[in-house]
Amino acid sequence: MLELLKDQFTFSVILALVIVGILNGAVAYCIYFERKISAWLQDRVGPNRVGPLGLLQPLADGGKFVLKEDIIPANVDKPLFLFAPFMALVLGFIGFAILPWGGSVDLDGDGVVDVIAQVADPGIGILYLLGIGGLAVYGVVLGGWANNNKYAYFAAMRATAQMLSYEIPMGLCILIVVLTAGQIRLEEIVLAQVGNGNIWNICLHPVAFIILLTTVFAETNRTPFDLAEAEQELIGGYHTEYGALKFGMFFLGEYAHMITGSGMVIVLFLGGWHLPWIPGLQPEDVSIGAMLLKMSVFGAKIAVFLFFFMWVRWTLPRFRFDQLMRLSWKGLMPISLALMCYTSVLVYAGKATSLAWCLGGELGVVFIVLAINAMRTAPITGRQRNMPAITVHKPAGAP
Amino acid sequence: MIEEKDIIIVDEPDLSTTEKLYLPQVVQGLRTTFKHLFKKNITVQYPEVKREQRVENYRGVHRLNRDEKDRVACVACFMCQTACPANCIHIVAGESPWEDREKYPVQFDLDELRCIYCGMCEEACPVDAIELTPEYDIVGRSREEMVFDKEKLLAVFERTKDVKPRKNPRITGYAGTGDREQSSGNTEGEG
Ligand code: SF4
Ligand code: SF4
Repeated sequence: MLELLKDQFTFSVILALVIVGILNGAVAYCIYFERKISAWLQDRVGPNRVGPLGLLQPLADGGKFVLKEDIIPANVDKPLFLFAPFMALVLGFIGFAILPWGGSVDLDGDGVVDVIAQVADPGIGILYLLGIGGLAVYGVVLGGWANNNKYAYFAAMRATAQMLSYEIPMGLCILIVVLTAGQIRLEEIVLAQVGNGNIWNICLHPVAFIILLTTVFAETNRTPFDLAEAEQELIGGYHTEYGALKFGMFFLGEYAHMITGSGMVIVLFLGGWHLPWIPGLQPEDVSIGAMLLKMSVFGAKIAVFLFFFMWVRWTLPRFRFDQLMRLSWKGLMPISLALMCYTSVLVYAGKATSLAWCLGGELGVVFIVLAINAMRTAPITGRQRNMPAITVHKPAGAP
Repeated sequence: MIEEKDIIIVDEPDLSTTEKLYLPQVVQGLRTTFKHLFKKNITVQYPEVKREQRVENYRGVHRLNRDEKDRVACVACFMCQTACPANCIHIVAGESPWEDREKYPVQFDLDELRCIYCGMCEEACPVDAIELTPEYDIVGRSREEMVFDKEKLLAVFERTKDVKPRKNPRITGYAGTGDREQSSGNTEGEG
């Protein structure tokens, strides 16, 4: 058995099965916690009737999804209509494959590293995640197209435009990390952060971290970037015509995508499975126990991120579409581009991992942004600047 | 006619620096919601906990009152049926077995599903026989069950007479008992 496990392929298959099993449950409970957290933030109680504390609610929800009548509307593009939810779900889950869950493992204790706790470790590393992230929009786009419904179509258009605008700052931020680490494999990026005197990339590039986080929100279609499913304007957007299990798959896909997205941010900026100074979480610790510990640390970090996702969702209102575009093209993109250029200069000068140089640059960028901001005026509403000027009359006695 | 010089057009204000940066505002919002995480819930766990009654003249299920001799107080005058905007009261009148009134309702059906709980019937009734009670949680398994007949309406009276006593218990009829004057003085202050 142990001999079998020592084969990376067998180990990967078992790891994949375990992780997909756990994550399926986690995704279902994400929905439960989404409802609970929304309730707590609004001084309510949330689901508490099904089982103790309402903990069986996801099962009840799932049962409902399965048992509802599965309608396929008459005018939809049937193959695509059936394909889109699978696309959303599969692309949500497939990204887990390359997240480094627990570093290297020595299974039999002979001091030789046998396998790595990662389902796959392709040489293209982070590019794989970017590709999956880019594909993920297809679930939304195909769904919206196949619906044969104008609102859903709008949603698909919005999702495409949004994805196009936010992939660029996201790619630039990832590039900053890749430049700093000089590596493209996720595991190596984690190790580079540990090797750099336990300084995670978030300390080096806090601004890039915030930008990446923002783009992950946009990529996963979460509020405030959930324009593709704006209930008020688009009656649910791309999943308007979906019901029963197909709707449930979109739903699960969204949460799975959230988990992948947070995993990516954690690996790139927050040291993956690593916590500084704690024994058992260092790259030298390769026992099975250490692997499990690393996995739980990674899971805990993801849980914190998921809480943050939900917290933001129930705090911020949705963007207007022009604001969305402005934020990306006029805000995030120039900033991340400037940071990227600065980082490449640092790499050239051999200062890429120096705290002072990096933070100095970030500060400079923030300062420039503040200065530009102070000079620019922006109206509260979206009134266009090229409209005729408003003349202000004042009656004689007015203050 | 508003004169031109009286019109003030106010230009919209510009965003402040922090608002333009967006992020400080986000943090502020997050702080606000985070505080709510630890606040006391305001949810009332309904079937177990019931809200105490806040208003006295809550318009819930109807009841048909009994007078002090335990007879149904209604005199089958059809005033409520006429006043009802939802057409949900149906009365069959019969000759009264008692001498202080001419008629009484042989049948009195009130469709609680059709009713809009406006209280017009209560206003219209000359003897305050029909009244709306604070009871709001009525359920039924069929539409027929929700058409309350005389017995059901009287039963509601038995259930609710302690919570909401009859306003004018002494009005019984209009066969010259002299109670009318009293009632006209007492029914004010409703609604
Ligand atoms: S409350 Fe209004 S609608 Fe209901 S029975 Fe009385 S008059 Fe009719
Ligand atoms: S108005 Fe009063 S007395 Fe007249 S029929 Fe209706 S309930 Fe009976």
